[in-house]
Amino acid sequence: MKYPAALEVNGVRYEVEIEPHRSLLSVLREDVGLVGTKEGCDDSECGACMLLVDGRPVNSCSYLALQVGERPIQTVEGLASDGRLHPLQRAFLEEGGVQCGFCTPGMLMSAKALLDLNPNPTEAEIRHHLGGNLCRCTGYAGIIRAVRKAAAAGA
Amino acid sequence: MERGYFEPRELKAALAALGEHPAAAIVAGGTDLVVAHRSGKKRLADEVLAIHRLKELEGIEPQTSGGLRIGALVTHAELEASSALRETWSAVPDASALVGSPATRNMGTIAGNICNASPAMELGSPLLVFDASVELACVSGTRRVSFAEFVTGPGQTARRPDEMLTAVWLPPVPPGVRTVSAYLRLEYRQAMEIAVVGAAVALRIAKDGACEEARIGLTAVAPTCVRALEGEAVLKGQRISPDLLERAAVAAAGSARPIDDVRAPAEYRQAMVPVIVRQALELALKRSGQTATGGRT
Repeated sequence: MKYPAALEVNGVRYEVEIEPHRSLLSVLREDVGLVGTKEGCDDSECGACMLLVDGRPVNSCSYLALQVGERPIQTVEGLASDGRLHPLQRAFLEEGGVQCGFCTPGMLMSAKALLDLNPNPTEAEIRHHLGGNLCRCTGYAGIIRAVRKAAAAGA
Repeated sequence: MERGYFEPRELKAALAALGEHPAAAIVAGGTDLVVAHRSGKKRLADEVLAIHRLKELEGIEPQTSGGLRIGALVTHAELEASSALRETWSAVPDASALVGSPATRNMGTIAGNICNASPAMELGSPLLVFDASVELACVSGTRRVSFAEFVTGPGQTARRPDEMLTAVWLPPVPPGVRTVSAYLRLEYRQAMEIAVVGAAVALRIAKDGACEEARIGLTAVAPTCVRALEGEAVLKGQRISPDLLERAAVAAAGSARPIDDVRAPAEYRQAMVPVIVRQALELALKRSGQTATGGRT
């Protein structure tokens, strides 16, 4: 049986009807139509599906969509505003923190969660907080530089 | 069968729902259950009892006895950040800090870690060395079961289908003497890792430097986390020395019965038990301000 839910994603309410076993990731991509959040391993290992629920990082492939309730969801689509990139997005571009781009939405959301809590993280703290985000293009150096740069810019 | 979803706001309603639907999957953070379902390893039951809104299952509450009651929904992130745990039961936050990634620790709960009953569960050995017990509730009442008896095998627990694990109890540590503890593991990477071999130790050190009481728990080397009684016996009542630690670590390996799996062959696991136990003992002693040579740092 399907259950009604009203998901608040990036400040916009989406009314959906979903089955209990559906992951938040699949509902966002298939029902809501926001495909910025990626399906990598679909096994809670890689972090490509990382988004924020109530400001905190969640692997959306392993969380049931119905459990979100009315808590706000933030995805990569909500980072830019008024056509201007978020400082993290700008820094990723400037520092070469993107190669194939598949891990990038998850990296950005994990980095955002970190900077929201800790605006001036050390490199060790950045590495620790991005520990659940894998990049298979081995672009970590550029990613770490980008988060440091965004922090310095007051992201 | 039609799939059902229950999301009660009160424990009483949750227990009533579970009484009527004992086959329901009890889901909190979903970090084990939803992953196992999606990977095809273990299908989620058709009925889902989502317990994440049960306020009664939140919070770490110090007891007047000096013990601690940890609600079922307390996350690894909360365990990691708890100053009460860090001060007195350090091995517990040590273990939670190693689980998964920030996202896993943010969603994964103590009850989920226990009920998933993996032989590699990070919290298993710390809970064993502190004689923790679990609180199980059903419509007709509540019972307490020691953690050591609760986990009965890989993925197996003594929870009856109509019961919910509602809290974990840590008994007080004896006053007057310092109890120090630590948990660490052999790992191949620093995040999103599962213990290859893990060890928790808890030591009660007297003022004269003798080890009054010793507990050693081993992770990922047997069907469940196990106490290493032979290793404990070597330490008990003795003055700490490097030789004593080595003998205790070697004796502890006698309690390991590892298997081969993708993470390591049994032989390697067996060989690593004394190494990890020794490291855990040294970390605990460092925290007591006591070195292996008996001097104070």
